[in-house]
Parts: sequence; C-alpha cells; structure tokens
Amino acid sequence: MPKKDIHLKLEELKSGLTEVKGLELSIGKIIEEGWAEPMGPTPYPSVTTLREWDMKLLSKYKPMYLPYCDSCCLCTMGKCDLTQGKRGACGLDMAAQQSRIVLLACCIGAATHTGHARHLIEHLIQKYGSTLPIDVGKSVGIEVEAPVTRLVCGIRPRTLGDLEDVLCYLETQITQLLAATHTGQEGNELDFESKAFHAGMIDQVGMEVADIAQLSALGYPKADPEAPLAEIGLGTVDVSKPVILVIGHNVPPAAEIMDYLDKKSLYDKVEITGICCTAHDLIRYNPKAKIIGPISWQLRYIRSGVPDVIVVDEQCIRADVLAEAQKVKTPVIASSEKNCLGLKNRTLDPATEIVADLVSGSTKGAVILDPEKVGEVAARVAVELAPKRAKFKVLPSIAEIVKEAKRCTQCSDCRRACPNDLQIPEAVSKAATGNTNKLADLYEVCIGCDRCESACKNHIRVHSLITGAAEKKIKEEKYKIRVGRGAIQDIEIRNVGAPIVLGEIPGVIALVGCANYPNGGAEVAEMAAEFTRRRYIVVSSGCSAMSIAMTKNEEGKSPYELYPGAFEAGGLVNVGSCVSNAHIAGAAIKIANIFAKRPLRANYEEIADYIHNRVGAVGLAWGAITQKAAAIASGFWRLGVPVVVGPHGSKYRRMLLGRSDIKDDWNVYDARTGGLVNVGPTPEHLFCVAETKQEAMVMMAKLCLRPNDTSKGRMIKLTNYIDMQKKFYGVMPDDLHQLVRRETDIPITMKEEIVKILENKGWKESTIPDPTLLPRMIGTRKSR
Amino acid sequence: MIARAEPWQTAEVSGLTRALPVIKPEVVVAAIKKSKRPILIVGHEAASVDLEQGKPIDYVIQIAELTGAQIVATAHVIGEFTQRGFNRASWMPIMDISNRLRDPNWQGLDGQGRYDLVLLIGFQYYLEWVTLSGFKHFAPHLKTISLGRYHQPHANWSFPNVTPVDWERQLKSIVKQLKEK
Repeated sequence: MPKKDIHLKLEELKSGLTEVKGLELSIGKIIEEGWAEPMGPTPYPSVTTLREWDMKLLSKYKPMYLPYCDSCCLCTMGKCDLTQGKRGACGLDMAAQQSRIVLLACCIGAATHTGHARHLIEHLIQKYGSTLPIDVGKSVGIEVEAPVTRLVCGIRPRTLGDLEDVLCYLETQITQLLAATHTGQEGNELDFESKAFHAGMIDQVGMEVADIAQLSALGYPKADPEAPLAEIGLGTVDVSKPVILVIGHNVPPAAEIMDYLDKKSLYDKVEITGICCTAHDLIRYNPKAKIIGPISWQLRYIRSGVPDVIVVDEQCIRADVLAEAQKVKTPVIASSEKNCLGLKNRTLDPATEIVADLVSGSTKGAVILDPEKVGEVAARVAVELAPKRAKFKVLPSIAEIVKEAKRCTQCSDCRRACPNDLQIPEAVSKAATGNTNKLADLYEVCIGCDRCESACKNHIRVHSLITGAAEKKIKEEKYKIRVGRGAIQDIEIRNVGAPIVLGEIPGVIALVGCANYPNGGAEVAEMAAEFTRRRYIVVSSGCSAMSIAMTKNEEGKSPYELYPGAFEAGGLVNVGSCVSNAHIAGAAIKIANIFAKRPLRANYEEIADYIHNRVGAVGLAWGAITQKAAAIASGFWRLGVPVVVGPHGSKYRRMLLGRSDIKDDWNVYDARTGGLVNVGPTPEHLFCVAETKQEAMVMMAKLCLRPNDTSKGRMIKLTNYIDMQKKFYGVMPDDLHQLVRRETDIPITMKEEIVKILENKGWKESTIPDPTLLPRMIGTRKSR
Repeated sequence: MIARAEPWQTAEVSGLTRALPVIKPEVVVAAIKKSKRPILIVGHEAASVDLEQGKPIDYVIQIAELTGAQIVATAHVIGEFTQRGFNRASWMPIMDISNRLRDPNWQGLDGQGRYDLVLLIGFQYYLEWVTLSGFKHFAPHLKTISLGRYHQPHANWSFPNVTPVDWERQLKSIVKQLKEK
C-alpha cells in the first residue's frame, strides 16, 4: 500500500482564467524521499506479497496440527464434526480449521498491539505534537531507529506524525486478515499459515511503532545498557503509605499519576506500584516506581488489601478485577475504552466530584478516558482513602487457614481445575492439621488463575489460603530489575555482528512472554543464567523479564545485578515491555543491515533469508498464554527465527516442525555457485514445544545452529549443545553426524569420542555454502 | 478417588470420538499382543512420580523387555533409562516423535516399517491430551493407548482416573500378564 498522494504548494499562480495566491493542497502524503537508500521490492506488502517466502518456510517446517476441539462452532451451520477427515458444512477440514484458529489468534494479537499503538500515538500527538522527532537513541549513535518499519513499509519515520501513516497500513492489513477467517473465505491450511505469518509481521511493526513513540516522547532510557535498577516484588511496597496499583500495558495514565504526585510534592508520600507491562513502562518513565510482578500477581496483590486505588488500562487485566477490588473496598479506575468494566463514563465530570464518589464508596469505580484526569483522581483518591481503608484485606490468618482447610472434603475438584495439576488437596489436607508449609510452597508455582477457588463446591478460598500461608515469603519478595533499555545500539550490532553470524557468539536467546509456567518463574531465571554463563546474549521482555529478576543468588543478588545489560556475549538485556519485543527483531534485522550491509528498505525476503540462514537467534516463551504471544511468535517465524514454547504452548494447536530424517528437506542454494547444498537440520524447527526446562535448554542450544556457521562457530555451538545434553540428559547427542560438516567443526576436547561416533554413522565431510533459500540471490553479492 | 472415565482436567471436554476406558489390564495386553509394531513414548513424569514399589519407568522397561517394543524417551528422561541399564531407548521431543508417527510412510526408528500401536505415559495431562488428539485426527493408521493415571479421551484406550495405588496395580498386572502369555 505505497502512498502516492499529493502535497501541492503554490506561492502564486496566474493564468488567463484565474489568479491564485498561497495555495497549499495536501492529499495524503508522498513517500518520504529524504532517505538515500533506494526503495526495495516490497514496500507496504499486502496479504499475499510475501506468500512465496512463507511457502518456502512452510515447505521446510510443515505444520503439525494438535486439535483442541473435535468440532467447529463458528457459524450457525455448526457445530460441525471434523473428526478423522470429515469436513464441515462450509467445506473446511480439520487442518484448515486449526490454521484458521492460529490466524485468528495472530490477528487478535496484532490488533491488540496495533490498537495499543493507536491509542498511545493519539495521546502523545495531542500532548507533544505530531512533529515530535523520533529518537530511540540518537545520542548513542542510533541511526537505524525503526528497523522493522523500514524493512516492512519502506519508509523512515522521523516524527510521531509519520507513525500515524504506518498505523493506517497496519489497520488495513489486520482487517483484511481477519476477513479471511470468515466462513466461505480462505480454505487452505498453508494459506491460512501464510496469513498468520503476515499478521505476525504486522504485529511486529505495531509493537515497534508503539515503543519508539513512547521512547521518543516520555524520556525513557534510550538504548542504555546501564539503565537504572528498579525494585520488584510484593515485599518492596511501603504499606504505611497510600498505595496506587496500575495494571495493563498502556502507560499514559500511570505516567500522569507520577506527574501529578510530583507536581503536588506528594511523590515521597505515595507508593505507585504496577503489574504487567504498564509496570515495565512506568519504571522506564520513573525508576522510583515499583513493579509487583508478572500478570499472575494480580489476584494475590489485590486481595492483600495493599492497593488503595487500582487503575487499569488495557490487556492482560483480570476480567474480575472490579469484583475482587470490591472485596477489599478498593475503587477501580478504568482508563481505556477497550476495558470499561461496566462502569459509568465520568471523563467529563470534575475531578473533585469523582474523587468524592470514589472515596465515599458511593461508586465502586469510574471510567475516565482522559489520562491527565486519571492522574489527579487516582492520586487524590489514594491519599484520601488510605486512612479509611486501613489496608483492609481478605487474606486469611494462619488460624483462619487451618479452620477453612478443615472444611475440605478432598474431592480434588480444585486440582482438576488447576492448569498445572498442582497438588492442592494434599496441601489443604496438611493445612487442616496445622501445617501450612505445603500451601506456602504452592505460592512459588501457582500462576494465580483462581480456577481452584471457582471449582470448590465448599467455597474454600483456595487461592487466598495459598497466599495467606506464604505471608513470610511475600514479605521477603524484594528484588532488583534493570529498567527496560529499549533498542540495541548500532555500535553494539557492529561489535557482535561478526561473532554472531560466524557463530563465535553461540546464539541470541530471547526469553519473552507471559507467566503460564509449568513450574513457576524460577525456571526462566535458571535458563537465563545457564545461557548467560555460557556467553550467549540473553535478551528478555515482559513477564519473563520480571520472572528472571525474581530470584537471588547466595549473596542476595538478582540476575540483573550480576550480568551486564549490554547486547554482548554474557549480557542480560531487558528491552522492556511487550511492545519492546520489536527491538529484539530489530536487532536481528540490524545485523543483516548494519553488519552485512544488506539493503533494508522494503527488502523483507532478503533480510529474512539472511537472518534465517545466519543469525543464531531463538525465542523462548516459556509461559506463553495470550494471542499477543502467538502474534509475536508469528512475527519471528516469518523472519525465519525459531521459537520454543513451554508445554502449555501445545494448546496453540500447531507446531512448525522440520524433519531431520528427511535429508532433502535441508538443501539450500549456495549463493556463490548456484548449486544445491545439504546443510543438515539447521535450524531444525520453527515452532516447537519443550516438555521440561532441560529439554528447552538443549533444544535452544541446537536451534542456534545456522548453515552459515564457520567451523570455529559451529564448534562453539556444538560444544554447548553437547555439553548441555550431557549435563541434562546424561547422554551424548545422537545426531552429531547431521550437524558436523567438517572435522574442524568438532569440539577439540571431545574429538576422539565424536570421530568414533561419526565413523559409525558413515559420516562424510560436506561443504559450507553461502546459504540462501532465494534463487534470485545467486551470484548477486559477496557474502558476509 | 472413584474411577471415572471422564477427563481429569475438568474443562478438557472431549469431542465426539472418545476413548474406551481400560477397566481390566487384559485390554492393554491384548492390544500389545495383537500389535505387530508397538512403540512406547515415555515422558519425564515417568521418572519423577513415586509409586509404592517403583516408578512408572520401571514398569515401562519391563513392558519393553517382555514385548520387544521400541521406546522413545522424551525431554531429559533418557538418562533414567541408561541408569537402569536399559540401553535401547531412543530419544527425541514428543513433538518430533509425534510428527514422524503421523507420517504413514515413516519406516520407524529402525527402518523396519511403520508402527501400529502407540502407548504413552509420563506427560503433563494437557500435553498428552493434544498429542493424542493429533493422532486421532491425523494418524488413522495408529491405535493409541494412554498408560497414564488419568483418563485421556482422545486415545483409543485409556485408564479411567485412578488412584496411584490402583495405577500401580494396573501396571503390575500388565507386566504379569505379559510374562504369563
């Protein structure tokens, strides 16, 4: 959708017919021409522009469907039985139905990030003007400031106003993609998958737009590896003060609260705390704010009675937040039109009236769609209400826990409702005898969904029992997190580009996504530490970035205090909130552009081909829950970057798996000669579930392998892969014959053992090509 | 706990084609005996769950030894097999082995032909649930048995939800009957 509209300015025009002075006519915008790089082949790609590229990936990584339902119930001809080869009334089969659901999820995710970006930009333009320059780190030399947008759209956005044009494109694409899921539209599973990839790419642009806008306008750290440390954990809150809780992802209302408190010299007298990505962005705005924890901390914190007022904006907010807040007499302010909670819209009412109503309890909450007014109302309500509420809580004392536990009949309905099959009946049974330790242990692994409590026929407050039993742990929950730094600097890319592409830095591991962990967040921290110690570059965002922070070593240090925040070997980089994930994709794109000098502008296929074959990056969403997580993953798939999910990720209904046993699947073109070269299963999958943390780590080490690795690089990568498999599995890998190309690839310390293995497998040396999946790249350039 | 042939996780409502509950272990024994090429897929919980007289993996090894069935260990559980002196297990992630098994042209880990019976044990309930659903829809050439403690409606046969004691009794009984026949 290239814009070819017109802007005409005439100082003076005289003709025989008329005389015109000072005419200025603007119809849309012409593509910005101040960028010297020529336009690439795919500016503003439509739904099918990159379909051929998608099909190349999908022929290598074929979808494997895991139906979650046997039927389809999306139209009134259904329900339709789709079991074992049957088709629905519309003609769709099970494979297409599953891929359709995948596309729907990716559309929801892309719409959510793009909708977030739209709200954010409208607010920022209103406040700072559309000509506010985009600046994600000019002072540290960032010249490629919007790599995803440049790659996809072919424009170089310079101001907030330019980002509005990008949003128009994204919104059009999401509408077209969503339309494709309607009954009687797309019917082929691979085309659904291609569209899901498109949604993922659109999502990546939407995230970038949102984050570079807020980075530019709100004074966040700009690509700063030494961004300050902030506090995280329930135990960090000073409960003697009035406390404000913000939940969600769209920071303007929370930022306005901070501004109001500052303006009124109240900052030191009020605690402002956050959950989920608004909290990430709030500490980017002001690191004195405190993060409580990931999405799963909502219920336990609200029930603790500590927050005196709750402000919700958008995304990942519990739908029962109002009901829960009512139990502890905490008013709720809904600040986004996407989430009004059934409350009355008070946006136009005077702040004083709203404050009076919320403090008196005459209303349980209000919709306020003016961030500035939210700032004033929330701050004033917290200050006035805190003495009256006196931190009224609904968490039971130990005596109450024991008494309540005695009502348990051990029916196991709580356990059967628990997503992670936690041994709740056993813990409650023990508590009934006076020992609450097992309940307290559940606190570490509980994801806070509250299904246990909903399921209990005896109305035992299971989640509250768990939280109440863990009171001591909660008080000790005090950690440090590095504030999200945003983009990766161009100079950092120059420094690590060669070692990543050649394989000498064994990989970039991105730990992202939500908190539906099978065994608690500590596993994410453990994986981060393992890869950081092995000199991978570890990047993080969102809830995973928080979970990494919420552990300590023997000296009481959190991982962000132990590892540098630079994008370098052994670094632990928190980029920020969910929308900051775009900087992770951006880093991979910048490696292709800045290090390898591949043209960036609207040149998606070539850049993705480069990343897929050369940049050893892998994403892990260990606790992925949402449709946003699906869209984020999908954006990486289209770039050819593999993504691993935890076991719950199997519920996304579809994997993208390579077959290492089918040799011909792993042929690539050698761009130097044009010949086909077999490069082995590297990387083996594009999307795969790992059952345990051990399997995830081994899988990720292997998925960092790329066809372009030099022998030295392959040796380093194999050393880590073998070492981790031996450490976690207790055996040597059985696929080394597929991964060793030359004797020089073999790790020196294990050479004798590996040579024997290779001999037994009849291994033969193979060539290391200049790999590409694109025939048009053959003979076109000197490889880097 | 009463044995019930309904999904263990309450909301995992199964579809239109549902597993037959294995009330008597003879059903499993007969299916194994009838199978020309059985394969056991063993997840990490097989080595982490303690029963009164062993772990599930101990019974799996006995079944494999008695029948000659191929074992595929997933996740990190392969080390548990080698520690027990069982050295003919292969290993790969559950998604990989599922992907291969769904391919009717796959000739197996040993190249000797496709498998016709898949037995699963040791997985998170929901992970096994979707895996079995995948087999049900896309691998009509396979019969599937869940040997786990909880009822899996997408299998062809599955135990009802049983207590650990009853589960161990069932596993022991399968081993005993395989020895006898």
